[in-house]
Amino acid sequence: MHAILATTLFAPVNQSYLFQARQMQALSFSVHIPLVCFGIAFPALVLFAEWRYLRTGQPVFGQIAKTWSKAMITLFGVGVVTGTILSFEFGLLWPGMMASFGNVFGLGFALEGFSFFVEAIFIAIYVYGWDRLAPKAHFLCGFPVAIAGVTGSFFVISTNAWMNHPSGFVLKDGRATDVHPWAALFGNPYLWHEFVHMYFAGYVVTGFIVAGYYAWRYLQGNWSRYEQTGLTIALSAAAIATPLQGIIGDWVARDVAQMQPVKLAAMEGVGQTTNRAPEHLLGWYNGQEVVYGIAVPHMLSLLAFHDPNATVKGLDAVPFDQRPPVNVVRFAFQTMVGIASLLSLVSVIYLYVRFRLKRLPATPWFYRTVVLAGPLSVVALIAGWITTEVGRQPWVVFGFMRTAQAVTGAKGIPVGYGTLILVYLGLGTVAAWLLVKLGRAPTKLSNAPSEGKPSGFIYAR
Amino acid sequence: MLANIPMIFILVGLAAYIVLAGADFGTGFWTLVFYRKGGDRAKFADSLHNTMGPVWEANHVWLIFILVVCWTAYPVAFASITSTLSVPLLIAAVGIISRGAAYALRSQFAAAPKERLIDDRVFALSSVLTPFALGAAIGGIASGRVPVGNAAGNLVTSWLNPTSVLIGVLSITTCSYLSAVYLAADAWRRADTDMIHVLRKMSLRAGVAAGTLAMFGLLVLHADARPIWNGLTNGFGACLLCLSIASGLVALILVWRNKFGLARVSAALAVATIVAGWAVTQQPCLLPGLTVAQAAAGQSTLIAIIVSMAFGAVVLVPSLALLFGLSLKGRFDASPSEDIPTPKIANQPQGHSSKLASFTVGNLLAGTAGTVFGSGWIQTLGVLCLCLFAALAFALAAIPVDSLEKKATTQKVP
Repeated sequence: MHAILATTLFAPVNQSYLFQARQMQALSFSVHIPLVCFGIAFPALVLFAEWRYLRTGQPVFGQIAKTWSKAMITLFGVGVVTGTILSFEFGLLWPGMMASFGNVFGLGFALEGFSFFVEAIFIAIYVYGWDRLAPKAHFLCGFPVAIAGVTGSFFVISTNAWMNHPSGFVLKDGRATDVHPWAALFGNPYLWHEFVHMYFAGYVVTGFIVAGYYAWRYLQGNWSRYEQTGLTIALSAAAIATPLQGIIGDWVARDVAQMQPVKLAAMEGVGQTTNRAPEHLLGWYNGQEVVYGIAVPHMLSLLAFHDPNATVKGLDAVPFDQRPPVNVVRFAFQTMVGIASLLSLVSVIYLYVRFRLKRLPATPWFYRTVVLAGPLSVVALIAGWITTEVGRQPWVVFGFMRTAQAVTGAKGIPVGYGTLILVYLGLGTVAAWLLVKLGRAPTKLSNAPSEGKPSGFIYAR
Repeated sequence: MLANIPMIFILVGLAAYIVLAGADFGTGFWTLVFYRKGGDRAKFADSLHNTMGPVWEANHVWLIFILVVCWTAYPVAFASITSTLSVPLLIAAVGIISRGAAYALRSQFAAAPKERLIDDRVFALSSVLTPFALGAAIGGIASGRVPVGNAAGNLVTSWLNPTSVLIGVLSITTCSYLSAVYLAADAWRRADTDMIHVLRKMSLRAGVAAGTLAMFGLLVLHADARPIWNGLTNGFGACLLCLSIASGLVALILVWRNKFGLARVSAALAVATIVAGWAVTQQPCLLPGLTVAQAAAGQSTLIAIIVSMAFGAVVLVPSLALLFGLSLKGRFDASPSEDIPTPKIANQPQGHSSKLASFTVGNLLAGTAGTVFGSGWIQTLGVLCLCLFAALAFALAAIPVDSLEKKATTQKVP
């Protein structure tokens, strides 16, 4: 009786604003995901600085840890609210998915809820506890923040991996029955590459944004120990994580080729199933093949299957109405790879100078690039998510439920979307204004050592 | 039986959210009042930010907790509620973003008083709007206006009706009352006599207003939501209602006698009992025609969520106790400008060994080979090697800053 009830009452509705609903969800994700990166990576960097402070007693590390922890709790606060909006939107926009599958993947979010709790509690103790708790106790209070930041994102990604590669249930009359929630979420072979890829992305984005701030300070002529140390810690994290993404990316690509061949076909614009498939750089997919691109023979077969003669499935493997919008996916993927390559180059230069010459790079051009690298890394992050999420279309639960079946029947999606745009624009304006203010009077916040003081630290300008 | 347990989690979460985050929302209402009065506004705003700053994020997570338990354990009910009540929930969402952002940015970046006006106003308005919208949504559910189905109910009257408006306004008043008591208790701890005086008056007024409104509300329920009225005036429901009224009165007396800490407990009890009363009245139905048992997910999901809640509670309860213990004892109060005590400088054998460097590079090579060419366990090992490499290489790149400085200063780079 139960199942019948659900199917009849949650039959797909006719929603003329499906696209706007998807845009609204995408907007909310794009605002939230960069904050998640800070949740993953920032606590570890803050703890590193505090550990150095406890070990060496040098005030500069204490100042860095303190300043960063303030930025960390601010970003976390914004992350809490933007994350709440996401959980609202699951119900507001996609009730069909929640009604049919909430019982399968919901557990991931319940566990994430606890991580969120732990993170919120200890981040407050950590930040408000500076100078009020014993140094060691304070240091220890940072660990739950770092751990919960990682487990929280792990649980959310387990849900996403499940949507891309669903299992652990039997679909009966439009409703999931015989559910095995643990196996569905954590026994999923699609989970691990997604998690590791995102985990490293957290360090790339956090590292480059923080380093970008100090690089900008360098260009403004502020180059005390404080800036040098801050830049070294943040840029080291980003510079090590970025090239590794290439190696992890190889793993990701092979898993996608195996488990979601249609997504790979969309990423590469493979119209027909091809042996010895070439890889196309740039260009445009015209509905059949990539035109105006640079073809590298055998490359796609080699990358996706480690065999230059392997067969790569094309979009023709599935009916037309089951194919994602190819050019969006392809463009997003190429954007991510392009930016990653540029950032890897910056990283290798930095690591070379750091390890071989044992100093920091000396040319202003390097610092200009690092300033740009922060926003670029966010673009790459979002492009990566567009690749995986648009590449899954038209499915919301891959192979089981279409996005159109999940959407709400409520009217007024454009109004909601417009409101959200305005709110986020307002938020963005305030954040930008604060950043500018911060840039004008950074010492107020940081208590950095006096700026005129020359220092022979690592690199004397 | 199993089907009811997650509902109990939801109700506990709801009571905690109203009591804890409610106190937080209520500060917005008082900011509005003080905004008109001028004068003490800045002082008041500072005091509330000091009190709420460390705890607001944790308080807020209760809402996420409620949502996720609901959609995991009662997916159809969750989908029906959120699709029909999309308007008030969107309003609440916008309110939550605005006030959260105002809070987060305000707490950490002390702005000039003039600039504060804007974010105080945003903060205040969104703090009033959000509890109203959430209360109105609850009113829609309680008065049986949310049918099962994808946006099957009326998008407007499901939340703009006598019961919803009543519960919405009652939410604002209750939040204001809770926050006034909370702030008064904090002022008492700090022995801030001026603030105690003001806050005590505020608490009493808000308490009387909330109580009167709740009594008047019973008449509204009688007219608009008869099943709830019947439930609350008969049997166990009536007991809970009486308990709630009694706790509310006791709380007022305690405020009158300056026992703010106990008043807080008593006021929380009043809220918790009325939430329980609502649950008892509606039982066994969650939505019209849908019982809790019918709405519940399958057994494996229910067991999974109960198990994870149990484990979560083991972590959560001591953590919350620690946070509130520190906060209520005033350990987070601004202390006199005392710089970070400098820790003792340990003797540092610096300069990393070449062994460590080769181990790091070895990890990179093994990790790359395992990740790219391996599968199964070998690949897992490869990925772990890559992570280890990342950590070691980071340490090698970021740690030697101090030794390098020595080198740089002694060598006098031209």
